[in-house]
Amino acid sequence: MSGHVWEVVADSFMKILLPGLTITIPLTVIAFSIAMAIAVAMAMVQFAGVPVLKQLARFYIWVFRGTPLLVQLFVVFYGLPNVGILIDPFPAAVLVFSLNEGAYCAEIVRAALEAVPAGQLEAGYCVGMSYLQTMRRIVLPQAMRTAFPSLSNSLIAMVKDTSLASNITVAEMFMATQRIVARTYEALPLYIEVGLIYLLFSTVLTKLQQVGERKLGAYTAKEGR
Amino acid sequence: MILEVKGIRKSFGALEVLKGVDLQVDQGDVVAILGPSGSGKTTLLRCVNFLEYAQAGRLVFDGQPYDLSKITKKEIGALRRKTAFVFQNYNLFLNKTALQNVTEGLIVARKTPKAQAVEIGQKALAKVGLSDRADYFPSQLSGGQQQRVAIARALATGPEIIFFDEPTSALDPELTGEVLSVMRDLAEEGMTMLVVTHEMGFARNVSNKVVFMEDGVVVEAAPSKEFFESPRSRRTRDFLQLIQQE
Repeated sequence: MSGHVWEVVADSFMKILLPGLTITIPLTVIAFSIAMAIAVAMAMVQFAGVPVLKQLARFYIWVFRGTPLLVQLFVVFYGLPNVGILIDPFPAAVLVFSLNEGAYCAEIVRAALEAVPAGQLEAGYCVGMSYLQTMRRIVLPQAMRTAFPSLSNSLIAMVKDTSLASNITVAEMFMATQRIVARTYEALPLYIEVGLIYLLFSTVLTKLQQVGERKLGAYTAKEGR
Repeated sequence: MILEVKGIRKSFGALEVLKGVDLQVDQGDVVAILGPSGSGKTTLLRCVNFLEYAQAGRLVFDGQPYDLSKITKKEIGALRRKTAFVFQNYNLFLNKTALQNVTEGLIVARKTPKAQAVEIGQKALAKVGLSDRADYFPSQLSGGQQQRVAIARALATGPEIIFFDEPTSALDPELTGEVLSVMRDLAEEGMTMLVVTHEMGFARNVSNKVVFMEDGVVVEAAPSKEFFESPRSRRTRDFLQLIQQE
C-alpha cells in the first residue's frame, strides 16, 4: 500500500473512533440496560406463570425474535411517521435495539431460572421468605450467574449490530466510515479499519466477561478460602 | 399438644398418597416417622409445611385450628414462621455463605437487625460445630457439613418444631454420624422434632415416639420402646424383622 493509504487510515482514525465512543458505546450501554430490565421482567412472568402477562411475554418474544432487526428499525423510523409518530434517529435506535435484545435475553434468563434447583425456592419458603423475596435474593442471582456467559455473548453481538443503525441515519462508527470512503474511495483500508475498532471493543468486552465470571462465580469455586 | 393433624388426604392425579392420616406431636417430642419407600412419609411432612397442598384434613398448631383444604397464604406464612424444615438434599442457598444461609431468614423474613442476626447465626453455627466454616459457600462444604448448616439455619429462627425429611439419606455412613449426633443434642435440649427417617438407631434411641406408615395410612403409632419391643400390628412386626435381617 502506498503512503497515501496510510495517511487516510491515520487521519480517519479519530473520526471513526470518536462516533464509536459517543454513539456506538452509549447506544449499546443504554439499549442493553433497558433490554436486561425487559428480559428479567419477561422471564419472571413466564417463570411464575402469571396469566395474561405470560401470554403477552410469549407474543412479544415471538414478534421480536421472528422479524429482522433491520425491518424493525425501518418500521419504527420510516414507518411510524405515516401515523404521525416521529422519533429521532438515536432514540429510535435505542427503542428497537432494547426491544430486540430484550426478546433474546428474556429466553436466556428464563432458561437460567428454570435451571435453578426447585429446592432453593422451597428452602426460601421454609425460612419464612415470600416468593418475591426468595426470587430476588436467591433464585435470580443464581440464574444470572448461569445466564452471564450467554448474556455477555448477546452484548458482544449487539455492539456489532449497532452498525445497522446507520440505516436510520444514526451517525455511529460505520456511518462515519462510509462517509470517509465516499470522499476518499479507499474502501478496503477504511472498512478494515472500522472492523478492527469493532474487534477492539469486542475484545475489551470479552475481557470484562472473564473478570465478571470470576467475580460472580465465587460461590461455585470448589477450593476453600 | 403442639401439633395435631387429622384426616389429611393428598393425591397426585389418580394416585392417592395420603389416605387420611392422623398425627400428634407434644411439646418436646421427637417423633420418628418410619415406613417403606412410597408409604407417604415425606408427602405427609411436606403437606404439614405446605410444600404440597393437602386436599383435605385439619391441622391444629398451638391450639389454633386450620382447615388444610382452604388455608390462606397468610396462615401459611404465620405457620411457617413457627416451624423449620431440614431437607434430604440440604437445599442450602448456593449463592450464600454458611453464615448468610443461617441469617437470611432472620434478616429478610423477620427483619431482625443485621448485627443481631449475625450474632444468632454465629451461635447456631457454633452449636452444630461449624464456627470455622462461617464464610464457606455450600460448594466448599462436605455433605455432612452442609446438612449441619441446614440444621443451624433451622435453629436460627427459633422454631417451635423442626421437620426433618430423611436428613441423612444423602450421606455416607461416616457423615451420617455427625448429623445424627447434632440431632441427638437437640433432642436432649428438648427441641420438638418430627423426623422422617430410615435410621432405626435414631428411632430407637433418640426419638420417644414412632409412627409407622404404609400405603398412605398410619399402621401403628406408639412410644419408641413399645414400638420396637412389643409391636401390636403384624405388619409392623414384619417390617422390623426385615430391618433386623439387613
